[in-house]
Amino acid sequence: MTDVNLVPLLPATQVLLTALVVLLLDLFYQEGEKGLLAWVSLLGLALCAGETLFLWGSQESAFGDAVMLDNFALFFTQIFLGAAALTILSSVHYIRQAEIHEGEFYALVLFATTGMILMAAAKDLIVFFLALETMSIAVYILTGIWRASGRSSEAAMKYFLMGAFATGFLLYGIALIYGATGSTHLNEISNYLIESPEDWPPYLIGGALLLLVGFAFKVGAVPFHFWVPDVYEGAPTPVTGFMSVAVKAAAFAAWARILMHQLAPLDSDWAFPLWVLAIITMTLGNLLAISQASVKRMLAYSSIAHAGYLLVALVVGEEWGGLPLLFYLLTYAFMAFGAFAVITALAETEQSPEDYRDFSGLGFKHPFLGMAMTLFMLSLAGFPPLAGFAGKFYVFRSAVLSGHLALAIIGVLNSLLSVIYYLRVIVAMYMEEGGAEGKSFRQAPYLYIAIGLAALGTLYLGILPARALEWSRVAFLSLD
Amino acid sequence: MTSSMMIFYLLAALLVLSSLMVVFQRNVVHCAMALVAALFLIAILFVTLQAAMVGVLQILVYAGAIMVLFLFVIMLLNPTALEPRRGLSWGFGMLVALLLAGALAALVSHNEAPADPFAATELFGAPESLAKSLFTDFVLPFEIASVLLLIAIVGAVVLAKREHN
Amino acid sequence: MDHPYFPLLVLFAIAGVVVVALLTLAQSIGPKSISPVKADPFESGNPPRGDARIRFSVRFYLVAMLFLIFDLEVVFLYPWAILFRRLGWFGVIEMGIFLALLLIGFIYVWKKGALEWD
Repeated sequence: MTDVNLVPLLPATQVLLTALVVLLLDLFYQEGEKGLLAWVSLLGLALCAGETLFLWGSQESAFGDAVMLDNFALFFTQIFLGAAALTILSSVHYIRQAEIHEGEFYALVLFATTGMILMAAAKDLIVFFLALETMSIAVYILTGIWRASGRSSEAAMKYFLMGAFATGFLLYGIALIYGATGSTHLNEISNYLIESPEDWPPYLIGGALLLLVGFAFKVGAVPFHFWVPDVYEGAPTPVTGFMSVAVKAAAFAAWARILMHQLAPLDSDWAFPLWVLAIITMTLGNLLAISQASVKRMLAYSSIAHAGYLLVALVVGEEWGGLPLLFYLLTYAFMAFGAFAVITALAETEQSPEDYRDFSGLGFKHPFLGMAMTLFMLSLAGFPPLAGFAGKFYVFRSAVLSGHLALAIIGVLNSLLSVIYYLRVIVAMYMEEGGAEGKSFRQAPYLYIAIGLAALGTLYLGILPARALEWSRVAFLSLD
Repeated sequence: MTSSMMIFYLLAALLVLSSLMVVFQRNVVHCAMALVAALFLIAILFVTLQAAMVGVLQILVYAGAIMVLFLFVIMLLNPTALEPRRGLSWGFGMLVALLLAGALAALVSHNEAPADPFAATELFGAPESLAKSLFTDFVLPFEIASVLLLIAIVGAVVLAKREHN
Repeated sequence: MDHPYFPLLVLFAIAGVVVVALLTLAQSIGPKSISPVKADPFESGNPPRGDARIRFSVRFYLVAMLFLIFDLEVVFLYPWAILFRRLGWFGVIEMGIFLALLLIGFIYVWKKGALEWD
């Protein structure tokens, strides 16, 4: 009756089941036993990671090609699993101190991860849309889960409204594409595009552009970025890290599969808007990041700027841009997560923003945190031999090789500009005296483990990128 | 002009009227009532387009569930009559509305309307065919929808439940 | 005139005519006596106090949200029931998974005490 093959759903089901177990255990555990929930979640994620490694190389589709488990999906699944695991590790102490419900927190992280895994595997616009909503709604809730914090509730409200707006664009785009091609299935849509070239109704282009706008919202590209700073600043810090790494990777995964790969015949229609988007996103993100007083807010703008570098890879297109896009997302995952994890260590209170002064003297008070933060800042700024340098190098190299010299030059200039605000943090940590009002930092072993892992990843990908590059190449080539 | 066209124009006229009332009424409860009327009219339009199931769902979900939520929010916030909007946001709204109207006009003039818009929809929206595609071709989205609903339940409780102490 | 929904149009027309006719008749031939007391809202003979529109407790909101979600769940059951025979065991399993997930949601709501008033 239906093409049922559960193998492509295995990773998503594994994470979903873990989420359900955590949700139910939370109901029956006493207050003292809830510490176990984090371990149950991590165990589920580890099992899923094992399955993902085992399935590497498979090319299985199911439900009438609605989902596709290829190396592309598996590559991103590993990123999501890693981000979820690091998020859970880094929030164990944080959520206990903030009195956030533990069971729901971990369960929602896992639910969001389920949605992301499905997003990277979706070959049907309806499946993609529902997976996106599964991820988004879980993340909206995570943003507002710190009930005692007004900032958190406000951020959740803004995120929800803006996200719903973006969802409207995506859904309208999907409807128009369905109207033009008669299918929501990506293979059938691309067949239609190839078989009847240039005979496209105008609303097909309109639909594709609406999809583009929706994606631009989700990744926080200028001029659809205005929610990013407020939401990133207000959300509980581990959630901000999760958003900037995993949500962004999921949105770019779907963007690469849907727009860049399957709808590639349309790329002449969005090449120019995308080119403009990439340039203003890089430039505005960096310029606004310089003027921020709060480190968390600065990182939010820096995350916009990095979305701009990733857009460069999308402009470059399938042939040259695929590998750099995937590799950059991998490197960005480690360094951005690490930076937010160090801010998580800052014992924040309701009213005070995390400004540069809080970092004064950190390098001497907490050498480990200071070293790690230095590493992440240098990597984000793009200093060799760190992951950020390798990522940017391959993105800009692909831009040059494919003839987008202007983009590459603007990108490199932007990268130089970003050094200003990343170095400010390092200067504060090592060259300023810790003021009396300097806040204390959490003594949280699991958080330190997460920071250590992120730092190791940043170093490894910077010094020995060959293997990860090969993974990215194989993953992108598996798209059919 | 066939009878189905007459029904369509009657419904469309009433729909435009009630939609305008949603926007222009000053009393929020009146707006909500006009919205209920508009949603019912859309449901009838679906039925006339052979999509009976969608019509029923429209009434169940929109006129039923979603309007309940609207009214709850209105009763919670208990707003007095709205001030007429003027100034920058009003002008911006007008601009967007005009642009959208222009886009719509361009689309309508670009595409020839089929002679009988009702002919093509035979059996398309019948409950059986809708159910068949939902439960065979679109099983996966259907199951993901249950995950989505579960997340919504968790979210409603986590964000809205009163904390003890 | 052969359209299956033509009777619908006739029904609309009759309904419209009846409403307009009744209102005009009542307006034109009915007796009218207006006084301030008569214009008051009726509250079982007591003089009215305050506004009819009081602010509702925010706790209703959670109830409304949960109603909305479970209502949406029921919506999926109608088309499923139509096709139940033809879907066979496949249908039972797919609806079983759907309902199991929502059952977990229900257990969650129950155990969290979200269905209790306070």
